[in-house]
Amino acid sequence: MSPSQRLDATFAALADPTRRAILARLASGEASVTELAKPFAMSQPAISKHLKVLERAGLISRGQDAQRRPRRLDAKPLAKATGWLENYRQFWEDSFQRLDILLDELKSKDKKRTKR
Amino acid sequence: MKNTGTLKVTTPTDREIVMTRVFDAPRHMVFDAFSKPELLKRWFGPRGWSLAVCEVDFKVGGGFHFVLRGPDERQMGMRGVYREIVPPERSVHMESFDDYPGESQVTAVFVEQGGKTTLTATVLYPSREVRDAVIKSGMEHGAAETYDKLAELLPSLQAQGMQKSASEA
Repeated sequence: MSPSQRLDATFAALADPTRRAILARLASGEASVTELAKPFAMSQPAISKHLKVLERAGLISRGQDAQRRPRRLDAKPLAKATGWLENYRQFWEDSFQRLDILLDELKSKDKKRTKR
Repeated sequence: MKNTGTLKVTTPTDREIVMTRVFDAPRHMVFDAFSKPELLKRWFGPRGWSLAVCEVDFKVGGGFHFVLRGPDERQMGMRGVYREIVPPERSVHMESFDDYPGESQVTAVFVEQGGKTTLTATVLYPSREVRDAVIKSGMEHGAAETYDKLAELLPSLQAQGMQKSASEA
């Protein structure tokens, strides 16, 4: 996968609340499919489907234990996806903070003018 | 520094980015700040960057040309054409960056309430390919190293509005 295809897969995988909940659970440590299915009112095959999407996006991988086959979080693609949105946000946040200062200045000038 | 509003960035569809921000000023003032070059020069651009070139012909069919100059003599050029101007509530323009392919459409809506102005800016990319190019450029500018902050990061991802209802599972 190219970097932008990988990013597409990451965003698509994150677009589902169940998959985000699975990631949140894995953030506190690896877990088996059975353990992951527990908090959700979902069958194991349905959970497995979500896990496949997350795996394709590179967001999770399988641990060493061959019997439990625990899933664990791979944070790298997530950091890349958030990194991009954070950059975008930072560009505008920096700009808008300067705009706040400018607007304050314009408002005080306006007040002076109406007083005169 | 006074921080009036928190910037919200969401990605409601594959082709869009939507930004929302509240400013503590009447909307005619905010609208002016977005359209008058002498005001744009004072705020537009990320930290460490400034508008070295800021030409604005603010009328429908008129264009603009910006050159942002940053650290290490780096430059970033952008230009576009105004499509729709309804002062002080709405403007639509096309926009492209010199170094990246494709044009995006930016719709800015200004709503005033109780002396404060809410800006909603919707950036619409023409195709997934163009959006991908923009995403890639964002990545090249250095993705944050936040691996160890993951637990905090997940709720903020949700807050950023990636709750697209579509699920391909």
